[in-house]
Amino acid sequence: MYTKDGESYYIVDAHVALWDARPENQRNIHGKQFIDCFYDYHRNLSPEGEVWSYEDYLYQGGRRLLKDLFEDGYVDHAIFQPAALTEFYVNGFGQTEEAFELARANPTKLTYNHNFDPRNGEQGLDRLRADHEKMKFTGVKLYTAEWHGESRGWKLTDPWAVRYLEACRELGVTNIHIHKGPTIRPLDRDAFDVADIDHVATDFTDLNFVVEHVGLPRLEDFCWIATQEPNVYGGLAVAMPFMHTRPRYFAQILGELLYWIGEDRIFFSSDYAIWTPKWLVERFVDFQIPEDLTEYAPISTDQKKKILGLNAAKMYGLDVPAELRLPDADETATGPRDPEAADLASV
Amino acid sequence: MTALATRPVTEEAVRGALGAVLDPELDEPITDLGFVRSVAVDDGDVTVHLRLPTSFCSPNFAYLMASDSKDAVTALEGVGVVVVELDDHHDSDLINAGLAADAGYVGTFRHEAEQDLDELRATFRRKAHTAAMERALTVLLRAGSPLAEGGPERVRLGDLPAGRERDALLRRREALGLSRADDAPVLVDHEGRPPAPGSAAMFLRRARATRVSIDGNAHFCRGLLRTRYEGSGADQRPRPEGAEPTDHHHLLPLSPKES
Repeated sequence: MYTKDGESYYIVDAHVALWDARPENQRNIHGKQFIDCFYDYHRNLSPEGEVWSYEDYLYQGGRRLLKDLFEDGYVDHAIFQPAALTEFYVNGFGQTEEAFELARANPTKLTYNHNFDPRNGEQGLDRLRADHEKMKFTGVKLYTAEWHGESRGWKLTDPWAVRYLEACRELGVTNIHIHKGPTIRPLDRDAFDVADIDHVATDFTDLNFVVEHVGLPRLEDFCWIATQEPNVYGGLAVAMPFMHTRPRYFAQILGELLYWIGEDRIFFSSDYAIWTPKWLVERFVDFQIPEDLTEYAPISTDQKKKILGLNAAKMYGLDVPAELRLPDADETATGPRDPEAADLASV
Repeated sequence: MTALATRPVTEEAVRGALGAVLDPELDEPITDLGFVRSVAVDDGDVTVHLRLPTSFCSPNFAYLMASDSKDAVTALEGVGVVVVELDDHHDSDLINAGLAADAGYVGTFRHEAEQDLDELRATFRRKAHTAAMERALTVLLRAGSPLAEGGPERVRLGDLPAGRERDALLRRREALGLSRADDAPVLVDHEGRPPAPGSAAMFLRRARATRVSIDGNAHFCRGLLRTRYEGSGADQRPRPEGAEPTDHHHLLPLSPKES
């Protein structure tokens, strides 16, 4: 919970990780390159006082995570979105057992989402069912750019991927988070292509598809598919810290999202431990669209409340105190959700 | 081989040639972005090292820029052996071997590549035009121009104020083979087609999302390069599009990494 100027905000951090990138867990040079890339993101976009040492960045552990999110960071509830990256890390990048146990010990604070790779075929499907029986997760984080033997990526529309989504439907795993951000493969199509989400969102209308990183660096493609599908959402992981270094860019991202996908489908995320939620929450509550960007309407306090927590709380059935809840906006299921939030509305 | 009649190429000429190589996505020369790490010339033999903002920049873009660089330098007068290498990328070994062997994109990536990079280039040429068009029209809109208020589809090239945005748009139109006449409408797609009646606002809104994306990416990539390679900011040329007051904030002190 965060309170400022008499307004209280229920905070859901919809994308956190408990990773281990220490040298002893790095399988190869790519494991080092991967965490170095994250560290450069962190150094490049963080305020000076928020920059961690490289050693702190490699591994945090559960105790520090609890402190950074819940003691210092105003977060009411956080959702693990683990990336396996087993080709780069001996025991994987996201620490499954550790994160799952932490969530089990703190059920009101943490939700554990799982992951799968459809290239594991039939065995992977059995594994998904067995894991679900043990962990009872309702969401998965998918990383389509993950390497796997000779393959360096997959699509949601691949026949095996469709079988896994069918299994998700059977098991009640309704929240499908997909990483569409800094990525590696597939080579030939633009690697950030969101077209596969468009297809599966149409075929699986009973599942929610949350596009992490709001499709950056292909914001326009994401907005275009999201505006046509009632069950596509945008996660602000990696977009949030631009508030500090590039506030005008952040304002435009937000302006575009409010126009195309509306205030009920955007999720706040710190992408912990790339960044910590404390400063992001504080700055977002203070944030406003610059005046000279006349093409966008100002962002309201209620919109901030929805983005900071209420939207994700609704998807995950979290128990939000009654006095902090807000009704949904009266927006269409498809098409630009809030055309009044931008210029040219009457043109 | 260096022909006897020509003088060996200079470093300046090599850098000039590299200035014609674009990052297709950001629509800017790699020299302005700071992607050229070093140029060495030894009696006509040229070695160029390139660097990118992250180890995981898409390999197709990485290959494209490295390969274009090699072609641009090879085409110069007085050039002997040309070596172009991409440093610190997750596919450096593969890309550098492919460049050395002149294997081409498909030859370099073998089973992973299904087609050549022409489509990728075309996609980003189109996006560059889309963004330039939106910038030119948004200048009018923000200024409250009655022209734009009457419907952006009515604006002609001749209505645009002289300046950077208009020049940039004309260059992008030329690249796509579109008319540059004063009476040509500004709001058109990559084939010169105007939006369907009644859909001009949506057309421009989509173009705006493209512009926001490209400008944001360009500045983010620049910033990441500066963070990754200390001192590389000195090699970058400022980009006015999408610039912010914070752009020239001093860099955070770097803690040393183990190599």
